[in-house]
Amino acid sequence: MTEFEYKLELAKRAVTKGKLSRRDFTKFALAGGLTLTSANTLFIKAARAEAKQGGHFRAGLGHGNTTDTFDPATYAHGLNFGWGRSLVGAPLTRTDQKNNVVPYLAESFEPSDGAKKWVFKIRKGVTFHNGKTVTSDDVVGTINYHNGPDSKSAGKAYLGGVVSVKADGPDTVVFELKGADADFPYAFAQYQFPILSITDGKPDLTGLGAGPYVLDGFEPGVRAHFKRNPNAFAPGNFDEVTQLTILDAAARTNAYLAGEVDYIDKVDLKTIDMLKSAPDTAIYDVSGMQHYTAPMLTDTAPFDNPELRKALKWAINRQELVDKVLFGYGKPGNDSPLAPSLKFATSPDPVHTYDPEKAKSILAKAGLSGLKLDISAADAAFAGSVDAALLMAEHAKAAGIEINVVREPNDGYWDNVWIKKPWCHCYWGGRPTADTMLSVSLSEGAAWNDTHWKNARFNEILPIARGETDDAKRAALYAEAQQLVHDDGGQMVLMFANYVGAMSTKLGHGDFNSDNDFDGGYMYDRWWFV
Amino acid sequence: MHPVIRTVLQRLGLGLLTLFAVSVIIFSSLELLPGGFAEAILGQGATPETVAAFNKSLGLDRPPVTRYVEWLGGAVQGDFGKSFAGAGGWREENVRFVSDIIGPRFYNTFFLAALTALIAVPIAIALGLFAALYRNGWFDRIINSVTLTTIASPEFFVAYVLVLIAVGNKNGFAAVLPDGWGPMVKPFVSWIPDLPPLATVSKGTPFWEHVWKAILPAITLTLVIVAHMMRMTRASIISLLANPYIEMAKLKGLSPRQVIVRHALPNAWAPIATVIAFNLAYLVVGVVVVEVVFTYPGIGQLMVDSVGSRDMPVAQACALIFAATYILLNLVADIIAIVTNPRLLHPK
Repeated sequence: MTEFEYKLELAKRAVTKGKLSRRDFTKFALAGGLTLTSANTLFIKAARAEAKQGGHFRAGLGHGNTTDTFDPATYAHGLNFGWGRSLVGAPLTRTDQKNNVVPYLAESFEPSDGAKKWVFKIRKGVTFHNGKTVTSDDVVGTINYHNGPDSKSAGKAYLGGVVSVKADGPDTVVFELKGADADFPYAFAQYQFPILSITDGKPDLTGLGAGPYVLDGFEPGVRAHFKRNPNAFAPGNFDEVTQLTILDAAARTNAYLAGEVDYIDKVDLKTIDMLKSAPDTAIYDVSGMQHYTAPMLTDTAPFDNPELRKALKWAINRQELVDKVLFGYGKPGNDSPLAPSLKFATSPDPVHTYDPEKAKSILAKAGLSGLKLDISAADAAFAGSVDAALLMAEHAKAAGIEINVVREPNDGYWDNVWIKKPWCHCYWGGRPTADTMLSVSLSEGAAWNDTHWKNARFNEILPIARGETDDAKRAALYAEAQQLVHDDGGQMVLMFANYVGAMSTKLGHGDFNSDNDFDGGYMYDRWWFV
Repeated sequence: MHPVIRTVLQRLGLGLLTLFAVSVIIFSSLELLPGGFAEAILGQGATPETVAAFNKSLGLDRPPVTRYVEWLGGAVQGDFGKSFAGAGGWREENVRFVSDIIGPRFYNTFFLAALTALIAVPIAIALGLFAALYRNGWFDRIINSVTLTTIASPEFFVAYVLVLIAVGNKNGFAAVLPDGWGPMVKPFVSWIPDLPPLATVSKGTPFWEHVWKAILPAITLTLVIVAHMMRMTRASIISLLANPYIEMAKLKGLSPRQVIVRHALPNAWAPIATVIAFNLAYLVVGVVVVEVVFTYPGIGQLMVDSVGSRDMPVAQACALIFAATYILLNLVADIIAIVTNPRLLHPK
């Protein structure tokens, strides 16, 4: 280490501690022969290296409804992700930036009996916001609330394999599963599962939890305000957090530009250049797991013909969809619902690119001609769905397929169109594991199997892979499953869409989670003000 | 019976009938909408099982007529019931009463309507009087074309233009306008203070802060409603100017200003009051677009929200409030028409 390098290191440390200004640091670095740009980069890196406590974080979010409550059974949108994962709620586990499951309120979790039995140890001495200690009874009560016979919870879908859940002493909980599940702890990292305080067998649904922030004021559909919980086992960095519901994308952008909020989600991609040129602004751009699909009902004519499905997969120009609908903020899909960042995700061959000639020849071989198909689209499925459907119709024309775009109302789309019309648009927020993603949307009998796809081999592979603890064997099984979906399935995966937002450069952060927007829902306790 | 009292009683009686009809229409149309509260809340995540559990705990598995009668029974006693949100929760503290949800929103809406009316009504009447006074002159023409332009532009457009000015002022227009435009626009608007484009207010917001935050929505609405009231004032005064008593006043040697303010205006109140009442009703029930653009938590957004999520108790209460607003404001307009017209006030 030269003398300059040594001094630079000291200067960087001083910056981290806030003892050296940008001006002084830059002066020193320039004198040592560094360029202005690299001096600046070094300064920013050093200044952000350590999380600092303090400040009032205001997030402007395109989510929220007057019917919102702190009942985790109804958690479904972007405000709730934070509530369950990093504001008021403390779940048993969390996902880290590399999408591994790590203990959070649980101290540890251990499988036994070939992953059919799971033992969770609860952190000792953790208290709810009202001072009550978190015990195994609270955990058991929370799980039963979601999994009981009268449950209204969307989280029930993750607990289908649970046979019994029992407390074993004040800080141990034992789960018995129907079949082996190597990914079981991932379920509890979902935003529906913050541990609730149980009294007399009933959960407290008022926003009371053991999380890093305490609820301090809530007006449904308007704003939610939180204060730092100094007694949390892992308190957040901000003194205060406010979530503001700003549903209109232009209003969100304006609120950000006027400095009324520090971060906005779901940026309108048409006007993103305006945000890029705004002072002290960084674009939050994370390639996540959410994907937009065009599911075909594989038991309904004409989509029951696998050759037709195959031909259609070649007849769509997905790159153009990414360029025009997502303005380049995404990746073309290859008919596997697993995002590339997910463990065990593969890209099955042949990659489905735009090849109308190939589509034509497949159709000719199968003896299909003069095809006229209806596709149902609405912006409720995903933003730009109708435009995407019109582009698809244009693409398919070259392959001799006529697509008629049926514009459906946004209201009630999920009741009246999805899984009811033979071909429509849909989006998936993504799931943390290969198993949950594949079983929730493609396995036989799943409530959300939106293609009615029943593939014997696929349904045989899933439970085997779920219980397999050897990663190499699992990878092979999941590769085969993805190949089956890719070749035969009815779920046309059009594209993976990035999460795009805008944030002030005053916010410090580490790497981002990709399993949800808002840094996976963890931004409230992970980020800080520089 | 005195005609004013008779009108009031008659109208109130008819109003009750109207409210009843509105409640039946709202209830049945919400009933006819596809999907229910459970599907709307759970969205893509709704499974038949969870939906059934929801409907059971909300009592939605019972026939609609039973539910309507039950609701009506509560409503006539002033009890609008509980919102579906949080109802069926496991504890009492999760229950949300419709009145608690609507109360603050209602206050916000009235606040904005009152603020707008305070700005818009005097401006509209003054401009109308001046336009009548200097009719067909340059003042009349300019005022007419300006107000007609603002009323002809959709309200969200007016709102966005104002937001652009407010936000641009703060950021030096560099971030919000195309390259090179900023410096051109800046000199014209730099005298405007930094108005807040985000009008999110809450229960604890102090009065003057509330006024400050609601100022942009109020200006937007003023621009939208002024033309209508102004033109009605102008038209009703001009139509009176051909009357013999106006000619008499002129012959007496009164100035044109005195003729209009003393002799024409008192006889023009009835049509003006009707138009003002109409516009005030619009300010209460029809400003959802402006609420959305400025994120102002008013009752319009609440109604749209609750219809979207099929929260029927809230939607019904909102609809009743809207209907009642129209009925009451029209009643007030009619009373003004009677009181300012001696022929109606003292019938033979």
